[in-house]
Amino acid sequence: MTTVHAEPILTSTEDVHRLAAQDVTAGYDTRTVLRDLNLEVPEGSFTVIIGPNACGKTTLLRSLARLVRPEAGHVLLDGAAITSLPTKQLARTVGLLPQTSVAPEGITVADLVARGRHPHQGLFSRWGKADEAAVRNALEVTGTQSLATRAVDELSGGQRQRTWIAMALAQQTPILLLDEPTTYLDIAHQIEVLELCTQLRLEGRTMVAVLHDLNHALRYATHLVAMREGEIIAQGPPEVIGTASLVQEVFGVAARVIEDPETGRPLVIPKAPQKP
Amino acid sequence: MTATFSVATPPDQMDGADSQNRATLFRRGVRPVRIGRFSTTFSIRTLLVTFVLLLAALAVAWWNMISGSASLTAADTVQALLGAADEGTSRVVLEWRAPRVVFTLLGGAALALAGAVFQSQTRNPLGSPDIIGFSTGAYTGALLVAASGISGLWATPAGAVAGGVGTGLIVYLLAWKRGVSGMRIIIVGIGVSIFLGSLNTYLITVLELETAMSVATWGAGSVNDISWVHVVPLLAMMFLTLPVMLALSRDMRLMEMGDDAAAGLGIKLERVRLVQFLCGILLVAIVTAAAGPIAFIALVAPQLALRLTGAPSVQLIPAAAMGALLLTTSDAIARAAIIPVSLPVGVVTLILGGGYLVWLLLSMGRSRKAKP
Repeated sequence: MTTVHAEPILTSTEDVHRLAAQDVTAGYDTRTVLRDLNLEVPEGSFTVIIGPNACGKTTLLRSLARLVRPEAGHVLLDGAAITSLPTKQLARTVGLLPQTSVAPEGITVADLVARGRHPHQGLFSRWGKADEAAVRNALEVTGTQSLATRAVDELSGGQRQRTWIAMALAQQTPILLLDEPTTYLDIAHQIEVLELCTQLRLEGRTMVAVLHDLNHALRYATHLVAMREGEIIAQGPPEVIGTASLVQEVFGVAARVIEDPETGRPLVIPKAPQKP
Repeated sequence: MTATFSVATPPDQMDGADSQNRATLFRRGVRPVRIGRFSTTFSIRTLLVTFVLLLAALAVAWWNMISGSASLTAADTVQALLGAADEGTSRVVLEWRAPRVVFTLLGGAALALAGAVFQSQTRNPLGSPDIIGFSTGAYTGALLVAASGISGLWATPAGAVAGGVGTGLIVYLLAWKRGVSGMRIIIVGIGVSIFLGSLNTYLITVLELETAMSVATWGAGSVNDISWVHVVPLLAMMFLTLPVMLALSRDMRLMEMGDDAAAGLGIKLERVRLVQFLCGILLVAIVTAAAGPIAFIALVAPQLALRLTGAPSVQLIPAAAMGALLLTTSDAIARAAIIPVSLPVGVVTLILGGGYLVWLLLSMGRSRKAKP
């Protein structure tokens, strides 16, 4: 590859970070969703945000991508407030896969993936060699190259999600934010997407995802962030913080946590209701 | 031309798998082109369709130039254009027919551009300025001016522009909620449009008969009285807005994927949206001021062009070419339908466009995949 943006970053120590939220209070209109939230996304991690519905997971992710402007506090990228960065520069560093995106009717996979190149393109340089190389690489990594000329609306859910991830990859950002990338997928495609995230992390990207499935989070995350009511309750390696008391505190669910026989990670099994 | 297709890549980028896939990255007929630092992709089909549409529009325009109640031959017309005809012929060609023909070409293109922008921004083929209340608002403005007794050459146009732009702003503000979403603009627009429609009906009943007649004639949308005075501002507005719209057209297409996806790609949503809406509104306003509300060109042209080009989203230049063809053709029909009376062109577009709208609603009701 002649493009340099995806150069592996080999330092994956927990205390190095590029993206951080500092005392962030954010919300919509009059409703405050996040309160004085602090988060440092460890460099080279697969950070997974979990928590009950409406706890502010998506708002946190959208704040990190500057889609929500904090009412107070700052989101920092390399120490600078992201509100002070040019939009295109930010888009070359932080990529986002939103929960809902619409593929224009009849658009082909390659056309859609090519749109991820936007932050790298100027008014008159819209399909340079670097663009083509990045798109081919994104298709290859996500295993969608054989679908390149197919229409996105004809694909299966799993193929479509891989296409959207390919678009985010073509953006070649060292940091990638994914909002519920596995929702609406069957178990095989969920695992496929999560394995892909792990692979991308191993290649040097920092991955941040909101996930609903607690056991997926515990299995794939290198850094787990548990949220409730707009606040971070706990964060750390899943092996350390993935306990029954955390599940009780965050979700209000009584559960047993056992060792996953496959990975040795924590595995949450909700307790059966007490029979009277 | 073929020399600029950079199908060949430097050897350092070539490996086995890469070269295998090289031909299959884009849909058929889409080619990359790179000249120095300039690079883009283009679709051969889109180029071809646009070219044919332009050619057809010019052919119809030429037919409009040489036909009419004053029987002139093509040779007479050419002579008049070259400045070698007698005074009578020159007047017919240069002062009566030419401005009208140029206006229908430019005006059709302008309406189509506005329609393309509105449809893209609302992410809905129904989101055109005429559906969301602009034309009705322009008519209201003209009626209010007439009702207040102000007269003069520019009174009706000024009222129309104020009414149209005012309606656009009201719809935009009413639809505003943490940014503007497409469906809300359409629904608010239809609501405002119904309200203004009944206001218009009322205003006509309170006007003096003669005034009411003259405003109603304007309200039908007609290019019968177009002169160079109307063409020049339209041309100027096209020069002003087209480069801006083209420069933002890519951002606009990316915004069709949803606000979050577009913002994630570094697009300044509200700025792009506001500028594009403003350009669209100005174009419709300037056409409406001169010719009255000409319905449906903005609605129909971008969608027809889209279907012909097979592109995934509306494109400005093919839409403009289609708009020019539609309006010149409508004008040809308007002049030929009931000789020697020249129908208001708005009546023709209304009939053609109404049929299209019924078809569109029916096909939107069916499965989206049933699209031809």
